[in-house]
Amino acid sequence: MADATDSHGSKPPRTDAAASREIRFRGGGFRPQSNRWAGIAVFIVLIALVEIGLRQGWISALTLPRPSAVGATLWQLWESGNLTRHLFPSLSRLAVGGAMGALAGIAIGVAIGLFGLARAGLVPLVAAIFPIPKIALLPLFVIWFGIGEGSKYALIALGTFTPTVVATFGAVDNVDRTLIRMGQSFGLTWWSIVRKIVLPGAMPGILSGLRVSLAIAIILLVAAEMLGAQAGIGAYILEAGSLYDLDRLFAGVVILSALGVTLSWAMGLLEKRVLRWRA
Amino acid sequence: MDLAVEGLGHRYGGTEVLRDISLEIPAGRILCVVGPSGCGKSTLLRMIGGLERPSAGRVVQIGEAPATSLNPLTFVFQDFALLPWRSVAGNVSLVLEDNALPRARRDAIIADVLARTRLSDFAHALPRQLSGGMKQRVAIARALAVDPAVLLMDEPLSALDAQTRELLMEDLIGLWSRTPFTAIYVTHNLAEAVRLGHRIAVLSRRPGQVREVVEIDMPLADRQAGDPELEAVQARLWDLMRDEARAADAELLDG
Repeated sequence: MADATDSHGSKPPRTDAAASREIRFRGGGFRPQSNRWAGIAVFIVLIALVEIGLRQGWISALTLPRPSAVGATLWQLWESGNLTRHLFPSLSRLAVGGAMGALAGIAIGVAIGLFGLARAGLVPLVAAIFPIPKIALLPLFVIWFGIGEGSKYALIALGTFTPTVVATFGAVDNVDRTLIRMGQSFGLTWWSIVRKIVLPGAMPGILSGLRVSLAIAIILLVAAEMLGAQAGIGAYILEAGSLYDLDRLFAGVVILSALGVTLSWAMGLLEKRVLRWRA
Repeated sequence: MDLAVEGLGHRYGGTEVLRDISLEIPAGRILCVVGPSGCGKSTLLRMIGGLERPSAGRVVQIGEAPATSLNPLTFVFQDFALLPWRSVAGNVSLVLEDNALPRARRDAIIADVLARTRLSDFAHALPRQLSGGMKQRVAIARALAVDPAVLLMDEPLSALDAQTRELLMEDLIGLWSRTPFTAIYVTHNLAEAVRLGHRIAVLSRRPGQVREVVEIDMPLADRQAGDPELEAVQARLWDLMRDEARAADAELLDG
């Protein structure tokens, strides 16, 4: 090359351009970056499309309500105080039923993880209960626990119980055995080993199981409230549906979605706090 | 308190892993156990520490452990076995919490062992923030906290790089020189064995048997890497082990 023969500097001249080429970077990708705005942008674009489509008439008004009308309905719901009237019973059902199911699930799951007899006896039972659509059992629960709150708690509790059990005993199985061996070698009591080694070690798995259980709890909440509830998001949606009041139906759906997002966010916070020891 | 292993043998299913092992572990001295991989030396250590039951023979404790010892037979593991959700001080505290110690006494013990292992500045760090050498020092601090009568060390330096290993070996020699402890030190690294062992038991390949017990009289503190006398012992150990190691390497694991 011309400049190579011309150069008389201290740098050794590059003899051939083809021989010295920067190595192409090929290690990128496969590492999703977090971007909090992308999720919100998708929502806004979708809602705007529906709104414009309905106003322009290329979406039939029979198929979807106007997002702006749903917004107005939500605002009305809030102003009239009906939002709290419906939301509060739903939240308390979710809390009581979910807590019962999750706590029982964790307890049974730990027992299955620790004791051979519990494993042999209960794993088939859990496998038998898991695939039953719990909603199908609602009439049965009404007979057992009455049309009041009892049957609703029971439905939500049973729905959260099975996934929690499965996640918990899987997590207990995955606790590092060398840590348990270490506890024994230092003469720790059985209870200390369970409390200080097994449970914290299983916590990541238990928490990710709880995420699934909570989503299931919201689904079952609506189902439970469709039978014999005066107040509650589910009752509100059912009433709107039977009147074909799409604005109110969608307002209810939006509240449920918001509930799901809020709970998932709260779980994220909890995980961050409890699992701070992970990288 | 001395320990003795008497005619100990073990089989896993049909495979004999240890055969007729007899060893004496006098107080205040370090016994190294070396042998080719898979010869059952870690199994032997777990049996001495009561974590596994031998199929034949027994391990005997001669004399009482000192009353101050909270856990006479204490392990140091190859992979450190630290709880990742507890800080350095928390990991040491773990092994004290089941003993009815006044809080002030427990805190004093933790501060003392962390100082002895030069970890005082890292008391609140989590294991994931520590280097491998520091993690093993935490594990050693945790072992010292219960004032063991015998330390059972299962390849404690094998997961570390060569420089860290050298530093930690000096740490161990320093700890022993200040307060001599009894230890059984299992390793496959002959250089570690000649630096740390008062006596070195050479095991054969599976089924592990004691081939020879070599004594080294030189005080631990005088032993330097590359010392000709130690090199000679190491060469002799390697002579004893070479064929065994080669044969062990050619075996199938489940054969």
